Amino acid sequence: MTYWRAVLLVAARDVRVEWRSREQAVTLLFFALLVLVVFNFAFDFTVIDFATLGAGVLWVAFIFSGVLAISRSFQLEREQDRIQGILLAPIDRSAFYLGKVAATVLFMAVVEAIVVPVSVVMFNFRFSGRIVLVVVALILNTVGFAAVGTLFAAMTTRTRRGELLLPLLLFPAAVPVALAAVKTTTHLVAGRPFERYAPWVALSAGYDLVFLAASVLLFDYVLED
Amino acid sequence: MTAGGGTAAPVIEATGLAKSYGPVAAVGPLDVTIRSGESVALFGPNGAGKSTLLRVLATLQNPTSGRLLLFGAATSSDAASLRRRIGFLSHQTFLYEHLTGLENLLFYARLYGLPDPARVARESIRAARLEHRRDDRVGGYSRGMQQRLAIARALLHRPDLLLLDEPFTGLDHAACASLEATLEEARGAGRTCILATHDLALGLSAAGRALVLVDGRLVLDRAAGRLDPVSLQRLMSAAPVSARVTS
Repeated sequence: MTYWRAVLLVAARDVRVEWRSREQAVTLLFFALLVLVVFNFAFDFTVIDFATLGAGVLWVAFIFSGVLAISRSFQLEREQDRIQGILLAPIDRSAFYLGKVAATVLFMAVVEAIVVPVSVVMFNFRFSGRIVLVVVALILNTVGFAAVGTLFAAMTTRTRRGELLLPLLLFPAAVPVALAAVKTTTHLVAGRPFERYAPWVALSAGYDLVFLAASVLLFDYVLED
Repeated sequence: MTAGGGTAAPVIEATGLAKSYGPVAAVGPLDVTIRSGESVALFGPNGAGKSTLLRVLATLQNPTSGRLLLFGAATSSDAASLRRRIGFLSHQTFLYEHLTGLENLLFYARLYGLPDPARVARESIRAARLEHRRDDRVGGYSRGMQQRLAIARALLHRPDLLLLDEPFTGLDHAACASLEATLEEARGAGRTCILATHDLALGLSAAGRALVLVDGRLVLDRAAGRLDPVSLQRLMSAAPVSARVTS
């Protein structure tokens, strides 16, 4: 089995299990939409400029639904001790990590693909025709969040209070990517030139690279008892 | 002299092998050699360290101290290649309840990089006598059916070393007989089997050699044919913690 086939196999299995159970999709989507509704009632966006608060609203929805996605993803491995079945297989364990990251990115991307158009309608704003840049920003920051979240979820999955520990470890480590995501999206909503937010995009890309590379190198040790 | 003094190549060579969780010693230190083709029953009361020992042998946990060679190689040298030669059945099935029986086996066949995984998965589910339920989700299987599928998963890649932790749990008489036949077949094919069980009669009939662990220590290593369930139970109950191996 080649490395990338193992990555695809793990990701495809997560997608298939989710397609059958639909446990995660429904929870993530309703949670994200609920966040939009709550913020819509909390702030009067006919008075407040959406560019001021909107990016924060969107990323609160994405980040918290992402935590749910990562948590559920490793719950699947904890039940029936399935992670041991994976660890017994003659594959590079980092392939398992990348497969889990890929599945989480896909689940978060589905939520984003629904929530962004809904928020455009609900809050009556436009991305000033910069759809490609919006997609790039969403992908970069979602990958970064999934990369760090999957690493910490793997670290905590075999501990007794793993679900409590995950957000405690994840949120401080995810601060750079959360900041970059909110800042980039704010500039995009306000229609500012790329030069204004290029450093934030670079931060997101660098964060992705560092965390993906470090996790691939360290994942074998993370899963050791 | 222990019961494992044959001439076949050693599959497992443990020297001073120990596993601790913090201050709690779960296994050992113990010395044991298991040779190719041997069928070994591992007995012991609850908490004796049987499952921990099997997990260490399966490379799922690192020993705290001592030396462990599998197929003549250190477990730290090329773990992936060693894992390819090991089949492990734990208390848990490792199965995905939302996938069908066939999909579960297909997933693991692909994970092990087996040639023609679809054919291997179909043959395995047939051997497990689950062909009529192969397209049903595993969540709808009875405990016994799940255990049969889990055994099929452990045997899928035809491992040289088979580690079975309480494999008879949840099986009815017919399935127990079927598993005994499978173990006999594995022994006939030259596979090495280690079977941890509380069922003394089944364990003694399925194995050629018996090991008894008490408080993580190996207190008995003897040919299974020289033991009967009653005397074995008496030995296990009487074994002091500091007991040494007797043959």
